[in-house]
Amino acid sequence: MRAVVAFLAARLARALVAVWLVSTVVFVVMRLSGDPVPLLLPPDAPRSEYARVAKELGTDRPLPVQYGVFLGNALRGDFGRSIHFRQPAAAVVFGYLPATAELGLTAFALALVIAIPIGILSAVRRNSLIDQLTMAVALVGQSAPTFFVGILLILVLSLKAGWLPTSGRGGWAHLVLPALTLGAFAMASIARLTRSALLEVLRADYVRTARAKGLRERVVVIKHALRNAAIPIVTITALQFGTLLGGAVVTETVFAWPGIGRLAIQSIYNRDYPVVQCVVFLSALLFIVINLTVELIYGVLDPRIRPR
Amino acid sequence: MASSIPASVPADAAPLAAPSGGRVARRTRRLALAGGAFVAALLLVAAAAPWLAPHDPIRQSLRARLAAPTLEGADGRAHPLGTDHLGRDVLSRTIYGARVSLIVGFAAVVVGGLVGATLGIMAGYRRGWVDTTIMTVADAQLAFPFILLAIGIIAVLGPSFPTLVLVIGLSGWPGYARVLRSQVLVLRSREFVDAIHALGGTVVRIVARHILPNVLSSVVVIGTLELARSIVLEATLSFLGLGIQPPTPSWGGMVQEGREYLDSAWWIATFPGLVLMLTSVAVSRTGDWLRDLLDPTLRGE
Repeated sequence: MRAVVAFLAARLARALVAVWLVSTVVFVVMRLSGDPVPLLLPPDAPRSEYARVAKELGTDRPLPVQYGVFLGNALRGDFGRSIHFRQPAAAVVFGYLPATAELGLTAFALALVIAIPIGILSAVRRNSLIDQLTMAVALVGQSAPTFFVGILLILVLSLKAGWLPTSGRGGWAHLVLPALTLGAFAMASIARLTRSALLEVLRADYVRTARAKGLRERVVVIKHALRNAAIPIVTITALQFGTLLGGAVVTETVFAWPGIGRLAIQSIYNRDYPVVQCVVFLSALLFIVINLTVELIYGVLDPRIRPR
Repeated sequence: MASSIPASVPADAAPLAAPSGGRVARRTRRLALAGGAFVAALLLVAAAAPWLAPHDPIRQSLRARLAAPTLEGADGRAHPLGTDHLGRDVLSRTIYGARVSLIVGFAAVVVGGLVGATLGIMAGYRRGWVDTTIMTVADAQLAFPFILLAIGIIAVLGPSFPTLVLVIGLSGWPGYARVLRSQVLVLRSREFVDAIHALGGTVVRIVARHILPNVLSSVVVIGTLELARSIVLEATLSFLGLGIQPPTPSWGGMVQEGREYLDSAWWIATFPGLVLMLTSVAVSRTGDWLRDLLDPTLRGE
């Protein structure tokens, strides 16, 4: 048990260093991107007005001081006030978070529900027509650019067929296309991995034994094989969940989905760096929490790889 | 952060010793050959763009605006893939767009490969704090959506060809670094390294003559998979308006321009997008095949 705690502590320390590095880079990049003050003022504003706003934002102080203030505040969850929305950046980001969470979770659920049965079917019926077909689609899905998947889906399912709305957030119908787009890459990866993990296990001796005992094929596949194939599947699945965050930036832009990905892009254009920093911080944190969770699940699933 | 951008492609089923194994292997090889042929053809097309393109890719023609694919347009000329909202020929623009994709893609792979391989070999060879530092930075970079950083950097430096190559190249270095580090760790502990040291060989000599040749095949494999990712990332940035700027045609930019006309003129966005998708699939298939051929241990990396 103590070994597990030490292991987790080491991982956690590395993760925190990663979050710190990421926020520092983003701080530097955003401060280099230009002075936000003129964006807030009319072009003919007097110098005194400029100085007042700069003081209010803290941009009149030297960069190292600004950095210190930023780090200190970030630790308390305070990212400053959004320049564009004129309210605390964290509040703005949390306002947009539910839309991204809704999209991300739906995409992920969709990917799982579609990909795992396909992967199982492909493995069980290896080299059948359905296997070849679904794996060809998965290969394309893995290489296809997210933004173009979105455009194609809009073109075919909403403009030509007229089944679903093209953009915006509303009822479940608005959710289908963005979730499919965002989930496409994860879906393809999970399907391929489920297939290969299961194929690997189906060759094992204990599967032959189970069959020899006269168990029905369904029981052999689901109870004996799938359980042992679970570890790589869970890993890749969870890591895919982390990458969904990056995909959300593009997907939300294509579908005008009001989530934090689109917010981040708009904030970069608005030089609203408190908001950008908050989004980046939050994404890095989420990604790291997910990865740590995966390692924990790993230990639960397979006692052999628990750190000793 | 693979995100929209495919990270290195996870493993396929291992080639099986089952009776059908030969057939599967043959099929994989055929697919890879087709992929390689596609990439070769694309390179030729990009190089020969001025001779192949039927029209000037940036010349506008108000009379021929938004023409559907036709062999006899309103301007009396053929537009096999139609024209866009400014009357520019979509086929010609797609042909020229291949140049942007391939040049940025290859240049980015060179940048990422050089940085990643150097840092990876350093981390594996020197170990200690060098290793820890390099790998912590790599982990940090992998820990959040790189596209946000890319957008931020491009917003600061302004979209230009060198910026794009640098940003896309640097987005890929942790991939090389991680793999090479672990390979070098193993190679370094082999006896021949100690033997050369004992004979007075310098570190530079050991790395150049003995380590590098041993990891070169991995670099080639990762580089090919990275090429697919770089091309897609370039297109994504161009789609977001941060890549190659108009009027220079790029596939991502064309999809962006065609997006507003999706309802009335689907061909503007669809054709460059399809070519982009085919390119990405073809390059990553070739990469998968190279991996199986040269370095099966990379599976699942």
